[in-house]
Amino acid sequence: MGKIWRISGPVIIAEDMRGSQVYEVVEIGEERLNGEIIGLEQDKAVIQVYEDTVGLTVGEKVTRTGEILMAELGPGLVGNIYDGVQRSLVTMKNEVGDFLHRGVRTHALDRDKKWRFTPALKAGAKVEGGDIIGTVQETGLIEHRIMVPPGMSGVIDSIEEGDYTVEETVAMLGSNGKTRPLSLMQRWPARKPRPYRRRFDPVDLLVTGTRIIDYLFPLALGGKAAIPGGFGTGKTVNLQQMARWSQTQLNIYVGCGERGNEMADVLHSFKELKDPGSGRYLQEKEIFIANTSNMPVVAREISIFIGITMAEYYRDMGYDILLVADSTSRWAEAMREIGARLEETPGEEGFPTYLGSRLSAFYERSGKVECLGSPDRVGSATVIGAVSPPGADFSEPVTQNTLRIVDALYSLDVALANRRHFPTINWLQSYSQYADSVDAWWEKVSPDYTEVRNQALITLQKEAELEEIVRLVGPEALPENDKLLLLIARMIREDFLMQSAYHPVDTYSDPKRSHLMLSTIMKFNDFAGGLAEAGMMVSEISASRIKQRISRMKDVPNDEIDQYIDSIRQDMAGGAVSLEEGGV
Amino acid sequence: MDSMQLFTRQTKAISTARRSLLIIESIPGIQFSEIVDVELGTGEVRSGQVIEVGKGTTVVQVFGGVSEVDLLDSKVRYKGETLKLPLSPDILGRIFDGSGKPIDGGPAIISQKYQDINGVPANPASRMPPAEFIETGISAIDGLNVLVRGQKLPIFSGSGLPHNKIAAQIIRQASLKGKSDDFAIVFGAIGVSYDDAAYFINNLEETGALSRAVGFINTASSPVIERLSTPRLALTAAEYLAWEMDMHVLVILTDITNYADALRELAAMRGEIPSRRGYPGYMYTDLASLYERAGRISGREGSVTILPILTMPDDDITHPIPDLTGYITEGQIVLSRPLDRKRIYPPIDVFLSLSRMMKEGIGEGKTREDHNNVFMQSYAMYAEGNYLREITTVIGSEALTDRDKVYLEAADRFERDFIAQAEHSRRTVEETLSVAWDIFSMLPEEDLKLINEKYIKKYLPESSESE
Ligand SMILES: Nc1ncnc2c1ncn2[C@@H]1O[C@H](COP(=O)(O)OP(=O)(O)OP(=O)(O)O)[C@@H](O)[C@H]1O
Ligand SMILES: [Mg+2]
Repeated sequence: MGKIWRISGPVIIAEDMRGSQVYEVVEIGEERLNGEIIGLEQDKAVIQVYEDTVGLTVGEKVTRTGEILMAELGPGLVGNIYDGVQRSLVTMKNEVGDFLHRGVRTHALDRDKKWRFTPALKAGAKVEGGDIIGTVQETGLIEHRIMVPPGMSGVIDSIEEGDYTVEETVAMLGSNGKTRPLSLMQRWPARKPRPYRRRFDPVDLLVTGTRIIDYLFPLALGGKAAIPGGFGTGKTVNLQQMARWSQTQLNIYVGCGERGNEMADVLHSFKELKDPGSGRYLQEKEIFIANTSNMPVVAREISIFIGITMAEYYRDMGYDILLVADSTSRWAEAMREIGARLEETPGEEGFPTYLGSRLSAFYERSGKVECLGSPDRVGSATVIGAVSPPGADFSEPVTQNTLRIVDALYSLDVALANRRHFPTINWLQSYSQYADSVDAWWEKVSPDYTEVRNQALITLQKEAELEEIVRLVGPEALPENDKLLLLIARMIREDFLMQSAYHPVDTYSDPKRSHLMLSTIMKFNDFAGGLAEAGMMVSEISASRIKQRISRMKDVPNDEIDQYIDSIRQDMAGGAVSLEEGGV
Repeated sequence: MDSMQLFTRQTKAISTARRSLLIIESIPGIQFSEIVDVELGTGEVRSGQVIEVGKGTTVVQVFGGVSEVDLLDSKVRYKGETLKLPLSPDILGRIFDGSGKPIDGGPAIISQKYQDINGVPANPASRMPPAEFIETGISAIDGLNVLVRGQKLPIFSGSGLPHNKIAAQIIRQASLKGKSDDFAIVFGAIGVSYDDAAYFINNLEETGALSRAVGFINTASSPVIERLSTPRLALTAAEYLAWEMDMHVLVILTDITNYADALRELAAMRGEIPSRRGYPGYMYTDLASLYERAGRISGREGSVTILPILTMPDDDITHPIPDLTGYITEGQIVLSRPLDRKRIYPPIDVFLSLSRMMKEGIGEGKTREDHNNVFMQSYAMYAEGNYLREITTVIGSEALTDRDKVYLEAADRFERDFIAQAEHSRRTVEETLSVAWDIFSMLPEEDLKLINEKYIKKYLPESSESE
């Protein structure tokens, strides 16, 4: 057992620590605060402490646990809320009350709860790491597949259906004359990626329900994306929207160094909102990590790895998982603070020189894979990280290092936020390298997807060019065809790209709805072009009934949208007639 | 360890005094982060804080610096305890300094309850999302940037702008819609001028609110270190009133810029590696440890709402103080110098302002069914008018269409009639919304596409141009 030798903020040095290992977990002082060894020198260990160190004093004891930091994995994760080191905040609330006092320890998984285990194999079966031995219905939405932990193999000696706690033995595994118990729970070191058989290219669209993402800058299952933006530009709302509506089996929401009230809002709304596909509460397909900005800084660093480990675990069952992390900047700042305490030589803006490699250690754990074990299955973990650049200046180190890693960028724009154009994803600066590979997916929804998308992007690009001229000569001085282009671009922006997270219907837009909306605007473009050629002024076209009806598409519920769009299109087809009647 | 006996211990073994730091021999029981007394040979006493404890030596930062500290006669006294505030219902109506001592001539607070001023984080799973609309009577806030109980919403101001007036107006007028239960006010003055502090105190006195207020005053001439403890004392008092006395508490903290500058000063003296513009890299986390003390806790009656005020150096919203604040708070009310020059009071820049808790606080049963639509349409209209205003500075208004001219006029009216109001005018939210509807009636009806048609029928006044 060691003793505290020095205390400097969240970092302490302990002496008499010979024999410990880097990343070993320790307990500090009377209150048994949680810490992790991050460096060793002779008999001294440098320890980052996951709890507030105020009030500690030299000479207090430091106890080694002999274990490195592990994530607990098993039934009971879904619907739970964890702090950065995977203590259940729900349990803490029940056991110690509304405030987070130090030194409280809880298990991630409830030790008393019984789960119904249904075996998938019989005694005598030969198994290896990743094989599914049975299932537990974790929530109404998640069938938890109990897997042989990676690296283990042998023959099932016994296995039995029944109600078990996560620690009880559900099966015995024999190998080389020894038998080992298997339970519903396994543990995995959070900093280490879980193994899989092989990787695939991400080619399937991850449907998020946010139009500008799905249609213009699509994300693929297993992809990695970043969403940088100044304060108040909508990072959190966008991530929440994705965690709500994405067509995945499970989502993990990591609130890292952000607001308590915001977390409360997420937690409450997920209890009330329903998954559009199944009609069940969203909480049944969500795991939350809430390490808010006033909770210990050091825990921010590990929280992200705990989150991604859980994502990989469910991926290994053959599911599609989305993990959103808000905000990776707070995570990076935590590393900066620890680095400063260790008196490491800092890199850019004081961040540690390993910032880039730590960021990729996180993002690279995304991917679409063939899982270990049988039956054969494919799973994916998609990762989206918010970035909070100081002064909304994207040239700063966290944004720049992130951009080198991710394949899709949703760049949030302060100017759009000021105008309350939401989502504020800037259509000229954002990109997705998945756009080409998910083409095939989209063409199944509609063969003209690529054409409509390109047309819209070109219109928006031209608008930006014309905008400069408008600022010099005014909109009235433009020729009619340019005015028409501006009108169409405006419709794309206001009637398609703008999408309020709080609109009762429009908050989620499925791919078909998105396609109907944009293709109708592009059809209106052709229709209006015809009218303009026939001598109609763009100002008249702009005041037309048809255009007004297009601008109300967002209010139309999903089950009426086909009919609504149909009637607009029919009217456009018969357009010449209604023009004469003055009823376009 | 005998914890009942609060006797202090001391040492004279000071080995180094440099910049603001003292290195002393470590003494058993001295705690990381505790506040100590440094007594000079002259008898003068300064406070200091333990910033590092080692086996052999302990580092103490002395507030007020180490000048005149000598290595022979000075001593360091410590308690083995961090800074605590005594709490009882008697704190209401009282005024304290930045170390928690009464400065109003009244008696010391007698209490069994001493609370560490750093507070304890609320469990996110115990928090309740803030959702109760606070009517401030100010249209730019109630209509477009709604404040709710448990929110932290700062005022970003600039020197010479009327942030104090606005804060005082909010203190005077804030109430829950339709209810008369009053807020308790906790006021923390951080490094402000004596006049500014007196302005608030007098205001509270005049409106009779002083009896349900507590003040913590650290003026520009008080010790810099106490700029760091002042807001923590204020928030500790607020939490006590909210979580234990079931009160709804409105905390005014002014000026956070002085707080951040003190943080920078003390960090620089320790020789820490600075981040942006010399402010410490942990400033986000430090500010969050204050602002995050706002909120609601499920199952408890009270609430803590925080209204910090800060002056943006050079009116620059990207400066680290407003920037990091904006990253923590749930929105911001930004004051605009151009509007102030146009003599618009309150000069609230509604584009830069934001309330993130707004959607929870508005709508049917809370304010009115059309509130969200009115909010969105107001922005669209004012943004369009502003854009046109910008381009007309180059091209002149002749180059605009008739429709565009209507928008220009609407933007002007929006500033004159909606944003502007008298310092003592208190508009109900219905009045606020109807001012907006009046302005909407200038626009072509088909442009009101952010408003549900049924509300247009119900609330749009007969158009003035319906010839
Ligand atoms: N899709 C959206 N629909 C409607 N409103 C939105 C949308 N996105 C953002 N907003 C509005 O913008 C506000 C700010 O968004 P959000 O809190 O997500 O910003 P942020 O980028 O996370 O800021 P910070 O970095 O400070 O956390 C929200 O409170 C909401 O009012
Ligand atoms: Mg956010």
